[in-house]
Amino acid sequence: MSRFRKEGKSEVPAISTASMPDIIFMLLFFFMVTTTMKETNVMVRNTLPVAAEIEKLEKKSLVSFIYAGPPQNKAVYGTEPRIQLNDRFASVSEIQEFVTQERDARDEVDRKLITTSLKIHYETKMGLVSDIKQELRKAGAFKINYSTKRLVTRR
Amino acid sequence: MARKTPEVNAGSMADIAFLMLIFFLVTTTMDVDIGIIRQLSPPPPKDAPIPDINKRNIMTILVNSQDALMINGKPADINTLKADVKDFMSIHPDDPAYPVIETKSFEFLGEIQVSKGIISLKSLRGTSYEMYIKIQDQIAGAFTELRNDLAMQKFGKKQDKLVDPNLVDAINKAIKLSVSEAEPEDIGGK
Repeated sequence: MSRFRKEGKSEVPAISTASMPDIIFMLLFFFMVTTTMKETNVMVRNTLPVAAEIEKLEKKSLVSFIYAGPPQNKAVYGTEPRIQLNDRFASVSEIQEFVTQERDARDEVDRKLITTSLKIHYETKMGLVSDIKQELRKAGAFKINYSTKRLVTRR
Repeated sequence: MARKTPEVNAGSMADIAFLMLIFFLVTTTMDVDIGIIRQLSPPPPKDAPIPDINKRNIMTILVNSQDALMINGKPADINTLKADVKDFMSIHPDDPAYPVIETKSFEFLGEIQVSKGIISLKSLRGTSYEMYIKIQDQIAGAFTELRNDLAMQKFGKKQDKLVDPNLVDAINKAIKLSVSEAEPEDIGGK
């Protein structure tokens, strides 16, 4: 009994924080690998509809985006659905110019492979969507993608 | 004679890591770009004649501003749309209620029967985009099932399990997505 006497009261040792930088670096590398730099600030509400028959867009560099939906800042811009091209609101008539710009920004070879991705809020009415599609047809941008979220079927 | 150099204080390494993490959290998105890919048709020239299509080859899908569905003039349900489209586009030999069937030959597949059916989709300006996407999704689902059936029949495997891309292409060519969309009308306003 005398051999195993506790040598005085010892405090619980403080938790070592030496591994904290390692954990943070791991998190950092995770985000660096799985994310892409945001290109534009989306100013419209953009909850996408869901669909099951979807495909992944292969080359991100060959995709141009058109956002449509009710503006996030209701007080300033109202509740009517708007189109956003690049960083600002635009009207339907500006779509042809936008397509030409996007085409010029890319190589000759890639021009035919450009896909226009339509990120449209699910509550938008088809009137606006069909106007966008008409302008895209007139501008010659035939390959389009209706951006959706994946429908998860519960078995 | 190596002097013992003082250890670099590693306490600030965590701060640097936090700063970089917050930078990346703020400036990046985890957007996965997925969706339904479609090919639009070129705008028709002003004086193009309206092509004459046999009525039995067309399945008319109408959606109104209340998102109510109508197939060939009869009210229909979105949940049965995929089955209805698949049934319409399947091969029903010698049945006048279904589209005309023709025999074509394809590489890797040989002679197969293809349906000349066309799905005609018309929505009003007041239809919601969500309903439109649901319909597109159901139609695409029907065609995928038809393609899987053909792949199963010819190669014993579903189309997404086929290894040879030539076979996948051949099936896609044999069963083409034949959807025709009309300009939305403005009946009943938004």
